[in-house]
Amino acid sequence: MSDRIREKLSILADAAKYDVSCSSSGSNRKNDNKGLGDGHSSGICHTYTEDGRCVSLLKILLTNHCIYDCLFCVSRKSNDIKRAAFTVDEVVDLTMNFYRRNYIEGLFLSSGIFKNADFTMERLLLVCKKLRLEQRYNGYIHLKTIPGASEELIREAGLYADRMSINLEMPTEAGLKLLAPEKNHEDVIKPLDFVNKQMIQLTEEKKLIKHTPKFVPAGQSTQMVIGATPESDKDIMYTANAFYKNFALKRVYYSGYVPISNDNRMPILGTQPPLLRENRLYQTDWLMRFYGFKVQEILNDANPNLDVDIDPKLSWAIRNMQHFPIDINTADYKMILRIPGIGVMSAQKIVQARKFGKLRIDQLKKIGVAYNRAKHFIVCVDTPYQIKDYQGTQIKAFIMADSQSKYLKTPSNQMLLF
Amino acid sequence: MTYIFDGSLPGLLTAVFEWFERKPGKVVLQSLAVFQPEAFAESFTIVTDAVKSDRVWAGLQKRMKKDWLRKFYCSYLSELPEAFNHLFEFTLYIFQSQNGAENNYGNEHVIALAKFAKSVEREKHRMEAFIRFQETGDGMFYAGVDPDFNVLPLISNHFKNRYADQQWIIYDLKRKYGLHYNLNTVEEITISFDKNVNKANPAAILMDEKEELYSVLWKDYFKSTNIVARKNTKLHIQHVPKRYWKYLTEKQLS
Repeated sequence: MSDRIREKLSILADAAKYDVSCSSSGSNRKNDNKGLGDGHSSGICHTYTEDGRCVSLLKILLTNHCIYDCLFCVSRKSNDIKRAAFTVDEVVDLTMNFYRRNYIEGLFLSSGIFKNADFTMERLLLVCKKLRLEQRYNGYIHLKTIPGASEELIREAGLYADRMSINLEMPTEAGLKLLAPEKNHEDVIKPLDFVNKQMIQLTEEKKLIKHTPKFVPAGQSTQMVIGATPESDKDIMYTANAFYKNFALKRVYYSGYVPISNDNRMPILGTQPPLLRENRLYQTDWLMRFYGFKVQEILNDANPNLDVDIDPKLSWAIRNMQHFPIDINTADYKMILRIPGIGVMSAQKIVQARKFGKLRIDQLKKIGVAYNRAKHFIVCVDTPYQIKDYQGTQIKAFIMADSQSKYLKTPSNQMLLF
Repeated sequence: MTYIFDGSLPGLLTAVFEWFERKPGKVVLQSLAVFQPEAFAESFTIVTDAVKSDRVWAGLQKRMKKDWLRKFYCSYLSELPEAFNHLFEFTLYIFQSQNGAENNYGNEHVIALAKFAKSVEREKHRMEAFIRFQETGDGMFYAGVDPDFNVLPLISNHFKNRYADQQWIIYDLKRKYGLHYNLNTVEEITISFDKNVNKANPAAILMDEKEELYSVLWKDYFKSTNIVARKNTKLHIQHVPKRYWKYLTEKQLS
């Protein structure tokens, strides 16, 4: 018996691993029935794989049988791989026992589509209900919404899940059509919109009725595969921006394509996944969500792709030197956030500390500012007087000269000649 | 002038009280455990006094919000000799300044406490993440740890709320005390281990028969969820420093 379950777990965890979302944050579910599990608002990563990704949830497919044949997916119908399926009880048992040992923060359950969307969604729902109602499980559940499932099933699932997600897969409709002719973005948008409207409606009701049921308390997320199709960074981030705006998503994930097929429409097997590009996209995502940048400031027709050699915040600063230098002791919090080398925590500390007296360089360093980077963009009390105004390109060269990015093995100062 | 205290939090707070009684000027606070007498330096031994320390604590509570009381307590739990002195100086500074002085991140003691607290909170969070329970034959879930800082008082509620329906023990092997949850309350315990017991992994014979299966399944899962094409050992070790590997089921050879 144990060999069979080991084999199933290996197959179905392997098939689920390309979904990068593993966050367990944002839920306020409490253990109020003396059961097992209690939400942790910022989430907990219980371990990290050797590729450096966080493992927070038991991420598995219910089955990797699938009626679709999407080119970018390992579980596609035409792929010659081992197939397996968990029973509902097996998933419940694994989740409970892993959780009891503090291995995991909860369950991330997805599935290939077998028979049809509703049949699949019903099975997923059954797992959630068993956990919540029979096992008194209050840990995290991230559930995939199956595109095309009925609204009744989706609404019911929302009562038990903490987060729901549907993957856009490709950043544009054209890209998706190329690799998965049977799918379209509309199938993703419809359920995202439906769940979002339910959430809004419940928030409204909460103002009138004290005890409304929890409904997807950690919100929704989606994922795009990067580098399988030829979209620009601008295409990707504009799509992300629209989804953040229209459906109040908690997260958009960017997954660098790991080659899994020999089809000539996609990067060939053995190609390195675009890790640096993925990193730059996440940096942009953060700038949009936490640093008050508009996506149009970072990516536009003049700059459709992110710089490879420097991060998008530095890149924006160098293109907009008219805003700098910024006086640390007087500038708005919003502007301080835009200085390369100063993060959210440092910016908050600066605004607090300067009430007690003007700040000096040594204090900024202690607060945690990356001074070697920030010094080109700020003035404080004891900033040395400087006769010459440097150009953005020169500042970039200075910073590149003393930075040690893991992505740039050879110094590339010379690139500036071209 | 050196003040010597017994290493306890009430002791530290009493030292503050004594300073205000005497106003001796610049004082260095040291715990008895690390104090080395010097030939020409004066020292004064603090006698811990609950009434005095309560008054100082009440004063701090009046002057600072909860988040800073927590930073103060966390810094104390770091058990670092330099943290004790910063706590002492920080408290003097708070009592000698206007309300809100704890937000002056330009002050060296404020920034020092913020840093100690950050390290301790990180260790606390790591314990919440890296503790691995093993189920024993009598249904007890046991985990042995040796955290860098004394964080057991900080994680007690987290585990109590989360594992409300199972009995558990978290034992600090370095500080030789532990927490035991008996399905109602959490109590402090000490265990006298048999000499031959491997404390991090107490004798496999005591384990529940299913324990082996779930630990193997967890190791399988850990292997299967890795993407080989994205291998990044440096990042892996940054997130899971090697000194924690001994706790982690998934890092043990099978």
